[in-house]
Amino acid sequence: MADSLNIQELEQVVVRFSGDSGDGMQLAGNIFSTVSATVGNSISTFPDYPADIRAPQGSLTGVSGFQVHIGAAQVYTPGDQCDVLVAMNAAAFKTQLRYAKPNATIIIDTDSFTKKDLDKAEFKTDDYIAEMGVDPDRVIACPLTTMVKDALADTGMDAKSVLKCRNMFALGLVCWLFSRDLNVAFNFLREKFAKKPAIAEANIKVIQAGYDYGHNTHSSAMNVYRIESKEKKPGRYMDITGNKATAYGFIAAAEKAGLQLYLGSYPITPATDVLHELSKHKSLGVKTVQCEDEIAGCSSAVGASFAGALAVTSTSGPGICLKSEAMNLAVIMELPLVVLDVQRGGPATGLPTKSEQTDLLQVLFGRNGESPMPVMAALSPTDCFAAAYDASKMALEHMTPVVLLTDAFIANGSGAFKLPDLEKMPAIKPPYVPEELRGSWTPYMRAENGARYWAVPGREGFEHILGGLEKDNKTGAISTNPENHDLMTRLRAEKVAKIQVPDLEVEGDTADADLLIVGFGSTYGHLHAAMDELRGVAAPHSAPRGATDVNPYKVALAQFRYLNPLPANTAEVLKRYPKVVVAEQNMGQLASYLRMKIDNFVPKQFNQVKGQPFVVSELVEAFKQILDE
Amino acid sequence: MNTNSNANVAPSGAEGGAATWMASDYKKGQPRWCPGCGDHFFLASLHKALAEIGVAPKDIAVISGIGCSSRLPHYMATYGMNTIHGRAAAIATGAKVTNPKLDVWQISGDGDGLAIGGNHFIHANRRNIDLNIILLNNRIYGLTKGQYSPTSPRGFVSKSSPYGTVEDPFRPAELCFGARGHFFARAVATDAPGTIEVLKAAHDHKGASVTEILQNCVIFNNGTHDSVYDKDGRKKNAIYVRHGEKLVFGENNEFGLVQQGFGLKVVEIGKDGYTLDDVLVHDAHCEDNTLQLKLALMGDGDGFPIALGVIRDVAAPTYDDAVTAQIAEVSAAKKYHNFAELLETNDIWEVRE
Repeated sequence: MADSLNIQELEQVVVRFSGDSGDGMQLAGNIFSTVSATVGNSISTFPDYPADIRAPQGSLTGVSGFQVHIGAAQVYTPGDQCDVLVAMNAAAFKTQLRYAKPNATIIIDTDSFTKKDLDKAEFKTDDYIAEMGVDPDRVIACPLTTMVKDALADTGMDAKSVLKCRNMFALGLVCWLFSRDLNVAFNFLREKFAKKPAIAEANIKVIQAGYDYGHNTHSSAMNVYRIESKEKKPGRYMDITGNKATAYGFIAAAEKAGLQLYLGSYPITPATDVLHELSKHKSLGVKTVQCEDEIAGCSSAVGASFAGALAVTSTSGPGICLKSEAMNLAVIMELPLVVLDVQRGGPATGLPTKSEQTDLLQVLFGRNGESPMPVMAALSPTDCFAAAYDASKMALEHMTPVVLLTDAFIANGSGAFKLPDLEKMPAIKPPYVPEELRGSWTPYMRAENGARYWAVPGREGFEHILGGLEKDNKTGAISTNPENHDLMTRLRAEKVAKIQVPDLEVEGDTADADLLIVGFGSTYGHLHAAMDELRGVAAPHSAPRGATDVNPYKVALAQFRYLNPLPANTAEVLKRYPKVVVAEQNMGQLASYLRMKIDNFVPKQFNQVKGQPFVVSELVEAFKQILDE
Repeated sequence: MNTNSNANVAPSGAEGGAATWMASDYKKGQPRWCPGCGDHFFLASLHKALAEIGVAPKDIAVISGIGCSSRLPHYMATYGMNTIHGRAAAIATGAKVTNPKLDVWQISGDGDGLAIGGNHFIHANRRNIDLNIILLNNRIYGLTKGQYSPTSPRGFVSKSSPYGTVEDPFRPAELCFGARGHFFARAVATDAPGTIEVLKAAHDHKGASVTEILQNCVIFNNGTHDSVYDKDGRKKNAIYVRHGEKLVFGENNEFGLVQQGFGLKVVEIGKDGYTLDDVLVHDAHCEDNTLQLKLALMGDGDGFPIALGVIRDVAAPTYDDAVTAQIAEVSAAKKYHNFAELLETNDIWEVRE
């Protein structure tokens, strides 16, 4: 669309939309990522909400951001720092500048930089651009609010509704900057506001105004960029957050297994969106109970499982502390249950809105007695779908509680999700007790894979009592027999140990890497991006846009998705390379666990517990040091 | 009819007509409670009540927590779970919501149900989920060998209160009513007809029902319900309340309850000018629980008899019915009914070659 003479090809770009919580930055960001994804660009997004419950308008603590990373080839993270920063007010300009690269283009609405605005944002001078040390040539300063008012002058809209369209002007400007096809945005808005066509048309008008403003006013001064898709993956896509993908995974698994989906939950950040999402879908027969506490959330799920549902309980770290007792009940009763832990910063209430990987050892070992429990960790927002599906399948087919770890970062972040075909997904077949065992069946008889048979209430001839007390393996009656307890303990452990999980995959320089990077779950994107940069296959994250200097290192990555049981080739992979670094957002929980499981394995460690996602450039520096040692 | 309690073959003549069951069809195993424990009496009454109710064992789930009384599911030829301490109400909630056709009985003691499980107890009542909650109240922790419970009276001497407790007990009815409970009944474990009667009423009530069973612990709290534990005692110290009947009691029904001011009063009929006409008629269906609560709280050494029978039984929408109804309602209104259709409700774009 752009007919500017100054068109530059880009590999990737990061745009950060920031403003007051009510400025609609997330919608602008979503449309921009959708418009980009439609032409086959890879996308990754991350919202950054203010911690305050309701900060005053225009204040420093009330700023929210939404970051979008788009790439010609696969992008793995929402990006460390942005190439374009949209700051809708003075507070956003002040607080968000640190997320911008030194040479980033900055778009500001000068109408929101009045004396009052500057005071609220605690600026000391009127020359806020100089005060922040920004090169004025990099700033697109426009009276954005005024222009939105002008654009909508003849629509008869009230002042409040007009102001709500400011985000679309910024979006139009960004679309001009990156040569985006506005028609996609228009279609998106017409569908979103299908019931309010006037709103849709007003938004469209403002996007066009923003685009035209860029084209007419800045064409001579600024470059316009193009991000051509290199590896188009044809198909139908939607933008999905990790929490929504997780909920969809449970819905898909229940349907595939022919079971009712039950969620017992208690509101807790950052897991609550799973409860929100599932509670919407009554037309799919999903039952959600918002319980009196975390304990009841898990306990009721155990009851639902006994009654024959795919039972799920969702929470974050503090909730796991409370659920561990009922999780253990599911262990000894050998009932299927999925426990979703959307990790956040701890301990105690910790950093409720921030992200960490600090619950690993808790979910592996934080229960009384010998309590083997499979643990999985999703790799990305979109992988949450498959991970929730796989965790459900594992729970149902092996008659065991399964923990699925995600975290605030991937739960709130989003990516382009290729619509799955449920018919092509693997079958889910719980070990229902065979009819021919009627009359001879006892509750701890096992299928070939070691799973206890499932007899759901309502089936005549299979009435039985389960419970939290140890049972006799043969009769199912309460037993304190020492040999029996030892046997039951081993049977439960073997059942979990025997679960087949895919081999640990190694990416990058698989044959001759000097350094193997090891991580688990949500850090996959950052670790992959760091590996690519070290191998010279991606532009450095910290370098200016378009830079292409390379660092020729031999590096590989192994990211764990299955933590218990560990993939069969774990020891072989970890000992294959001269140097290994375990990088995780905790003080070394995966490293400790692997050292416990693998003889003579002594990795280097990279640990960060800031509540923030890894920064690729910091990873690269740390790994370089290890490589250069 | 059915004597093979392990196989639970459907009773003959079941086809087309209502099945008939015997108490032995619900019975399994040999209880391991102390000889003379009130739990034995209650268990026998439960078996008989279930036979009279006539729900097939395959459609019953008996769910308990931990404690002496929570062993009960092991002696049932039904589905069931003897779970973890205090959580039975929550676990039963999940089972009932998943399968509303299940007849769910929750067995709890005073410690299990009102101390560690207190939160789940009040919320099950508030939600009004169709559980038959049985509270076997012996005012002591028996399984852990004799500590005071949340229903032990102030000053109670036990292993953990050698100088007497310095706290007031819960009164289960008060807790149930405070949580907006719609059903409360009481029976004495040794009183089989009285127990069977309230169990049947609890079953018939749609929504959460609380049935308090006064039960003796022969080892750690012997005699705690002595005033009403035998027939003679009940004649003197208890009043059987029945909806629509006069609130009279005594060996020859010579006493009655009348309302005086904001309270109740015991009168002797024919004395002091009181006639049978002055005596209150029990209304278990009254939405306002004021007088029902007064009945339920009587007998704490206050000169009033202990009320036995169904004290409150008020119809109200149940949680499980509401969940089912909402699913039907939303399903009719929404256009997506499977996962593939759900996906189509999103903003979708297509990447072409």
